[in-house]
Amino acid sequence: MTNETPAVELRGLQKRFGKVQANEDIHLRVRRGSIHAIIGENGAGKSTAMKMLYGMYRPDAGEIRVHGEQRSWASPSEAIAAGIGMVHQHFMLAGPYNAVENIVAGAETSEPRWRWLPRAFRPVDATGARARLEKLARQYGLEMNFDAPVEELAVGVQQRIEILKLLYRDASILILDEPTAVLTPQETEELFVNLRKLCAEGKTVLIITHKLKEVMAIADHVTVFRAGKVVGDIPRAGTSVEELASMMVGRKVNLTAAPPPPPERGEAVLDVRELSLASSVGGKHPIQNLSFDVRAGEIVGIAGVEGNGQSQLLQLLLHPRAYRKRSRGEIHCLGQPILAGKAALATAAIKALGVGVIPEDRHREGLLLERPVLENFLLGLHQRAPFARRGFVSLKAVRSAAARAIEEYDVRPRSLEVAAGGLSGGNQQKLIIAREFERSPRFMVAAQPTRGVDVGAIEFIHQRILRARAEGAGVLLVSSELDEILALSDRILVMYEGRIVARFNRGEATEQSLGIHMGGGSHS
Amino acid sequence: MKVAAKGGWLPLLQPILAVAAGLAAGLAVAGLAGESPWHVLKILARSAFGSPYDLGMSLFYATPLIFTGLAVALPLKAGLFNIGAEGQLTLGALAAAAVGALFPAVPWPWAPLLAGLAAFAAGAFWGFIPGWLRVRRGSHEVINTIMLNFIAAGLASWVTLYLLKNPASQNPETRDLGAGYAIAKLHVFGDAPVSSALFLALLAAAAVWVFLWKTVAGFEVRAVGENDVAARKAGIRDGRARILVMVLAGGLAGLVGIGEVLGNAGRFRLGFSPDFGFIGIAVALLARGRPEGVVAAGLLFGALHKGSADLDLETENVTRDLSLILQALVILSVSADGLWDWLKKRRTAP
Ligand SMILES: Nc1ncnc2c1ncn2[C@@H]1O[C@H](COP(=O)(O)OP(=O)(O)OP(=O)(O)O)[C@@H](O)[C@H]1O
Ligand SMILES: [Mg+2]
Repeated sequence: MTNETPAVELRGLQKRFGKVQANEDIHLRVRRGSIHAIIGENGAGKSTAMKMLYGMYRPDAGEIRVHGEQRSWASPSEAIAAGIGMVHQHFMLAGPYNAVENIVAGAETSEPRWRWLPRAFRPVDATGARARLEKLARQYGLEMNFDAPVEELAVGVQQRIEILKLLYRDASILILDEPTAVLTPQETEELFVNLRKLCAEGKTVLIITHKLKEVMAIADHVTVFRAGKVVGDIPRAGTSVEELASMMVGRKVNLTAAPPPPPERGEAVLDVRELSLASSVGGKHPIQNLSFDVRAGEIVGIAGVEGNGQSQLLQLLLHPRAYRKRSRGEIHCLGQPILAGKAALATAAIKALGVGVIPEDRHREGLLLERPVLENFLLGLHQRAPFARRGFVSLKAVRSAAARAIEEYDVRPRSLEVAAGGLSGGNQQKLIIAREFERSPRFMVAAQPTRGVDVGAIEFIHQRILRARAEGAGVLLVSSELDEILALSDRILVMYEGRIVARFNRGEATEQSLGIHMGGGSHS
Repeated sequence: MKVAAKGGWLPLLQPILAVAAGLAAGLAVAGLAGESPWHVLKILARSAFGSPYDLGMSLFYATPLIFTGLAVALPLKAGLFNIGAEGQLTLGALAAAAVGALFPAVPWPWAPLLAGLAAFAAGAFWGFIPGWLRVRRGSHEVINTIMLNFIAAGLASWVTLYLLKNPASQNPETRDLGAGYAIAKLHVFGDAPVSSALFLALLAAAAVWVFLWKTVAGFEVRAVGENDVAARKAGIRDGRARILVMVLAGGLAGLVGIGEVLGNAGRFRLGFSPDFGFIGIAVALLARGRPEGVVAAGLLFGALHKGSADLDLETENVTRDLSLILQALVILSVSADGLWDWLKKRRTAP
C-alpha cells in the first residue's frame, strides 16, 4: 500500500429512496491523513453517501474502496471493524449514562482470565476500559468529565464523546456529519485543533459542513455535491468562500445582504420584566432578573454561548405554566400577560395570540418524524380556517397550501407524502419555517433558525425574517451564529450566566466585542 | 417490486400470513399434546362457521371484541395503554341494565337509545378517571385502569346483589328490562343471540376511523401520540387530547352493554364477560391500532372463541384453552416486526 492509495475511494455510488434519487453518481477520493470537506445544498445527498461508506445503507450501484481494497458491508459493525467511524448529524448517545458507559457499550472487553466464558457472560472490564479511554483522551486532547451523565454535558463535550467513541473502536477514517452545527465558536475552534491532531497521527477525516468559512479554515480538499452528483472537487488552497458558495448553489449567493432600514418601531409584542427562574436542582439561577422588550417591526437578537440561559428563556416564554412556581417577574406578549404572579397562560393560548416558533431542537420540538410532510405542515395550523372546517380537516385546503409552501420554501423533494424523518436536516428546517410563517405571526420566536441549512437557504430564511419585520412583526432571534445575529438584529442583547450583560444597537457591535461579552469578559 | 415499495399488497399480506403462521404453530402445539392438528382444525372451523347458528355465535362474540378492541386501539394512538376496558364495559352494561330496570315504561325506540347513552356515559366516566389522573396527577394509566377494573367489579356486585337484585332468579342478576328496550335480533342466524349491536360495532369502528383521520381533534390525538413535545409547541392541549381519548375509549367499551344487556340477556348478569376487555388488548395489537384492523381481528377472535368452545367435548387431549394459545401465537407472529423487516430486506436486496 503506497501513500498514494487513497484512504477512501467512492466510484459511481447510487442510492434511491422510493422516488428520490438521493445519490446519482458519487465519486470521491480522500487522501490518507487529510481533512476532506464535503459541502452541498440541503438534500444534495451528503449524509446518504457517508452512510453508505459507513454501512448504514447499501448502495444500489457503485464501488466503495478503502485503502485500495473494494469493500461492501452488510452493517455498520463491519465498517467499524474496517476502521471507519461516523458521528451523525443528530447525536446518538444514551442521556442518563456517563461517557465511559456510552463509549464502551457495544465494544465491551473483559480481562483474559474470563476467556473461557461465552462472550455474553464475561464481566466487563470497566477499569481497563476507562484506563484506555483516559489514555486516548490525553493523547488526542479530548478532555471530558467521564462520570457525569452525558445529558448534563454541553453539546461540545458530547461531541468529544462521540469522537472518542470512534477512536476507542480504532477508527482510522472518521466521518463527521455537520459536527459544528451545534457548537459555539470556541467549541468549534477546539474541535478543529483536535481534528488537526488526529490527522497528524495519520487519521483521515471526512467532514460535512454548511459553514464555508470553516471549510476554508480546516480542509485540505473540498468536494461539492449537488443533486446527488459531484459538481466540484478542488484543493482548498486557491478557492474562496464565494467560489464555493456559487459552486454549491449554481448561482451567485449574496452572503452579506444589507437589510433595509427598520420600519417604525411599534408597540411591544414582548415585554419581559425582572424575570428570574430558580434552578430545579438548586445552585445558580439559570435566569436572573431579565428585562427587555421586543417591539413590532424590529428584530432583537440574543447572543451568547449556548447554556447561558437562552433555552430556559425560550421555555419560559412558551411554557410559562410549567415554570410558574419557580419563576418571578412578568412576561407580557402581544398585550396579554402570559406570566404574571400566579397567572400563566397555556402554550396553546400563547400560540393563539399570533406567535410563531422556530424551535431549537427540530426533531424533538418541531416535527412528527414518522408522519408525512403534509401533516407536519398542518401541525399548529390545524385549528384555523381554511384547514379546519366545522371540526374536520379540509385535506384539499391543506394540500394546496402545503404544496405552495414547499414550492416557495424550496423543500426538497417536492413531495407531501414522504415522512418528515426522511427529509434531509436542512429541508426539515425549511418545512418548519414554512409552517410557522404561514401563521403570519405578529411575534416570531426564532431559535437557531438556520442551523444545518445551506448557504442558499440561509439567504432565503434571512430574507423571510426581514420580510416579516417589514410587515410589522416583532422577532426574537436566539442564535449562536454571530454572523446571523449581526446581520439581522436591530438590537443585540448578550446573555451570560442568565443575565443580560450587554446591549447594542445595530451597527454598534462587532464580532470581537460580542465575543468578549459572551465570555463574560467585561463582566468579572 | 415497485408495488411492494409503494406498499400495495404488502401491508395486507403481512397480517394474513402472520395469522396463518400463528394458527399453524398453535395447531402444532395441539399435535404435541397428542391430538391430530387436522382434526382440531376441522372442529374449530365447523364450530365457528359450520351452521348459521355457529356463524351467528361467532359474530355474537366478535361484537364486544370490536368495541373493546377500539377501546384499546384509540388510546394507543395518543400513546396511552388502556387496560381498563373490562371495567368500562362492566359499568356500561350495568348502567344500561339499571336504566332499563328503573324506567321500564320507556317505549321503543327511546328506550334503547336511553340505555345506550347510559352505557356510553358510564364507560366514558370510567375512562375519564384514569385519563384525568394521568394528565393532572401524572399517575400512570396502566396502574389506574387495572385498579379501576377491580373497583368496577366490586361496584357491579354490590349494585346487582343489593340494589337491583332480580327476585325471580337464583343467579346474580339484575331485574329485567322493560319491554321497550329489546333491540333487533338477526334471525338469519337462528337462535344465536347476535343482534343489531353488531352493526353498531361496525359503525363505531367507522366512526373511530373518521375521527382519527378526518377530524381536527383526531389529528391532535395522533400528533400527541407521535410527539407530545412538538404537539404542545404547536398549540395542542395535549392533556385535553389524552383525556378525550380515554373518555371515548371508555364509552366504546361501555357500548358492549348494548349487545349483552339489550340484545341478549335482557338484564345484567354478573360475570357475563369472559374477559372481553382483555381480549380487546389482543385485538388492538393484532390490528396494529387501526380501526379497520380491529374489525378484522375482532371477527377472527370471535370465531376462535366460538370455535374452541367445542374442543372440550370433541377432543381428548386439548381443551378450549387452546384458543388462548392460538391467540397468543397469532399476536406473537404478527408483532414479530423484526422478522418481517428481515424478510422484506431479503426480498428487495440486490
Ligand atoms: N431514509 C430516507 N428515506 C427517504 N428519503 C431519504 C432518506 N434519507 C435521505 N433521503 C432523501 O435523500 C435526499 C438526500 O438526503 P441527505 O440526507 O443525504 O442530504 P444531505 O446532503 O445530507 O442534506 P442536509 O445538508 O440537509 O443534511 C433527500 O432528498 C432526502 O429527502
Ligand atoms: Mg445531512
